[in-house]
Amino acid sequence: MAGIPHDHYEPKTSSESWLYRRLPIVGLLYDTLMIPTPKNLNWMWIWGIVLTFCLLLQIGTGIVLAMHYTPHVDMAFASIEHIMRNVNAGHMIRYAHMNGASLFFFAVYLHIFRGLYYGSYKEPREVTWIIGILIFVLMMGTAFMGYVLPWGQMSFWGATVITGLFGAIPLVGEPIQTLLLGGPAVDNATLNRFFSLHYLLPFVIAALVAVHIWAFHTTGNNNPTGVEVRRDSKEVAEKDTVPFWPYYVLKDLFALAIILAIFFAVVGFMPNYLGHPDNYIEANPLATPAHIVPEWYFLPFYAILRAFTADVWVVIIADFVTGGIVDAKLFGVLAMFGAIVVMALAPWLDTSSVRSGRYRPMFKWWFWLLVVDFVVLMWCGAQPAEPPYSTIALIASTYWFAYFLVILPLLGVMEKPLPRPATIEADFDAHYSETGGTHTAVNPAE
Amino acid sequence: MIRKITLSAIAALGLAAVPALAAETGEGHIEDHAFSFEGPFGTYETFELQRGLQIYTEVCAGCHGLRYVPIRTLGDEGGPHLPEDQVRAYAAFYEVEDAETGEFRTAEPNDHFPMSALENAPDLSLMAKARAAFHGPYGTGISQFFRGIGGPEYIRAILTSYTGEEREQAGTIFYENTAFPGGWIAMPPPLIEEGVTYEDGTTASVEQQAEDVAAFLMWAAEPKLNARKETGFVAVLFLILLGVLLYLTNKRIWMPIKKKGIHPAE
Repeated sequence: MAGIPHDHYEPKTSSESWLYRRLPIVGLLYDTLMIPTPKNLNWMWIWGIVLTFCLLLQIGTGIVLAMHYTPHVDMAFASIEHIMRNVNAGHMIRYAHMNGASLFFFAVYLHIFRGLYYGSYKEPREVTWIIGILIFVLMMGTAFMGYVLPWGQMSFWGATVITGLFGAIPLVGEPIQTLLLGGPAVDNATLNRFFSLHYLLPFVIAALVAVHIWAFHTTGNNNPTGVEVRRDSKEVAEKDTVPFWPYYVLKDLFALAIILAIFFAVVGFMPNYLGHPDNYIEANPLATPAHIVPEWYFLPFYAILRAFTADVWVVIIADFVTGGIVDAKLFGVLAMFGAIVVMALAPWLDTSSVRSGRYRPMFKWWFWLLVVDFVVLMWCGAQPAEPPYSTIALIASTYWFAYFLVILPLLGVMEKPLPRPATIEADFDAHYSETGGTHTAVNPAE
Repeated sequence: MIRKITLSAIAALGLAAVPALAAETGEGHIEDHAFSFEGPFGTYETFELQRGLQIYTEVCAGCHGLRYVPIRTLGDEGGPHLPEDQVRAYAAFYEVEDAETGEFRTAEPNDHFPMSALENAPDLSLMAKARAAFHGPYGTGISQFFRGIGGPEYIRAILTSYTGEEREQAGTIFYENTAFPGGWIAMPPPLIEEGVTYEDGTTASVEQQAEDVAAFLMWAAEPKLNARKETGFVAVLFLILLGVLLYLTNKRIWMPIKKKGIHPAE
């Protein structure tokens, strides 16, 4: 593996050597765990561990839930109540799984925005970024299908609305929708294939997570300065880095413990706060709920989906130019997927040579506006599609695209970046010489 | 960083100050009520649940069902906690359809409560979790954070908010109810003053009956609430303790690195 020079695993005993010649698995684990990591990482670099934990939590609780759940339209809802009432600790396992999805998305959004602020997507980490976006898309699919399984009103009507989106695609849309549903409408076949895929996709995600980690272990971590680790020699590299174990393992575990304390407070004391009461009503194809609202983590993209209505001029032009193929419905679907695609293309849309937002005075403002924009979109997604919400959603959706397609390319040309520290070591020492209390003069090592 | 995110979230909420929510108009007015089981320390009161069970049995069960609730759970700790012989005697009140023979027989503790007797009377098993009393402000969910989602409040309010007005529409009589969405409900006022006689001597006012049955239905919807909160406490306390230990370990291990000039290699 290329990358930062560091000590590699050497088998010490004869049995280690025996295994090493046949399967260097201990070496692989050692090199992964001891990877040199920039020593100036801040608290926004903890979300990777939180996300890994979430995946394990969801797979662990999910496997147990699958043992007691029945994927049949007549029995699914009752089997959830069976889990909640009769299965030992079933209520805790299910609530942990339900809220685990929320923690998963909370962490992934902070992880993504951290990447956007510190330019973690930039050369040479584009592949890490693309794989991350793929994981995010798979997470959305998995969470969506998981939400259908309890077969409540929101499960059923959410599934009806979202699978209906595929029907908007010309020519292939309806066959895709039928394939997805296993019939003309959301029914038993839909529930069965969603259950099957909801079980499968987390393992695909796990494999992609391994590739994600492999990719950034090849390039090395980004860090808050965006300055690369010096690689001239092992000694020089060691001035910029610390081994992942024990330094970051302990830091990350500490952060994880605090986040889990909050998580278990939610699970223990308000497990239904993030859910929707309608999902405690069994699915009824004959009664449409007054407001069909997706889970909170889908709201920003749901808002973008609904923002582009038939009276918006871009939609009118698109409709006219394509001869009616791209109507408002298809435009909305394209906008929703497009919102993720532009994010995936950020490495090529951002023209700035400076990686970290810390040294980009104009970028900072636009970035924080994007964060606010994301929250506004989330709020709009939960509101009815009528004025003034539709207008706010349209403005907010426009900014989302403008940030990636206009602002990022232009900023690189227009902005004058601030001076950056020469090395990670310099940044780290500048930070700790004020607060650390120990000065170079009293340091016997030099 | 986290502080910045919080600040921007607050800024976004500031932007949210737009005219009243269309979604909230047409919904009934529901008062908040301090139930014993609210908040992190709240638990069910056994006697209140028993009174609520009495209201359910004597009033609600005429039309409504509790199809997801096993009768044996009436004996559970953290629930109405009836003695075993009483649970057995209580089960014998009901006739249920035997799953194997398809014939009706006297219920046993292992059976569930019967389904609703009337087709348009909803099942009450999950009613206390399937309704929300509090929304907003401005669709943010902040009031639910402080007051709870409000299912039991909704039930209590429905039972106490009849005005006495009636109207007939397409052959059905509707009763005016200020808590019900739309203001008119098909269910006649179910509770009357002293309509039941409580064995523990509590005065059976309409408010008291409504509160008791709302608490009972919350238990029916969430029977493991007490156990869940206990587990929550143990988990949170354990994780805080673990967090403190990890904090100290982390601080100790980073100390030499943070002292300028000392590197792990030296």
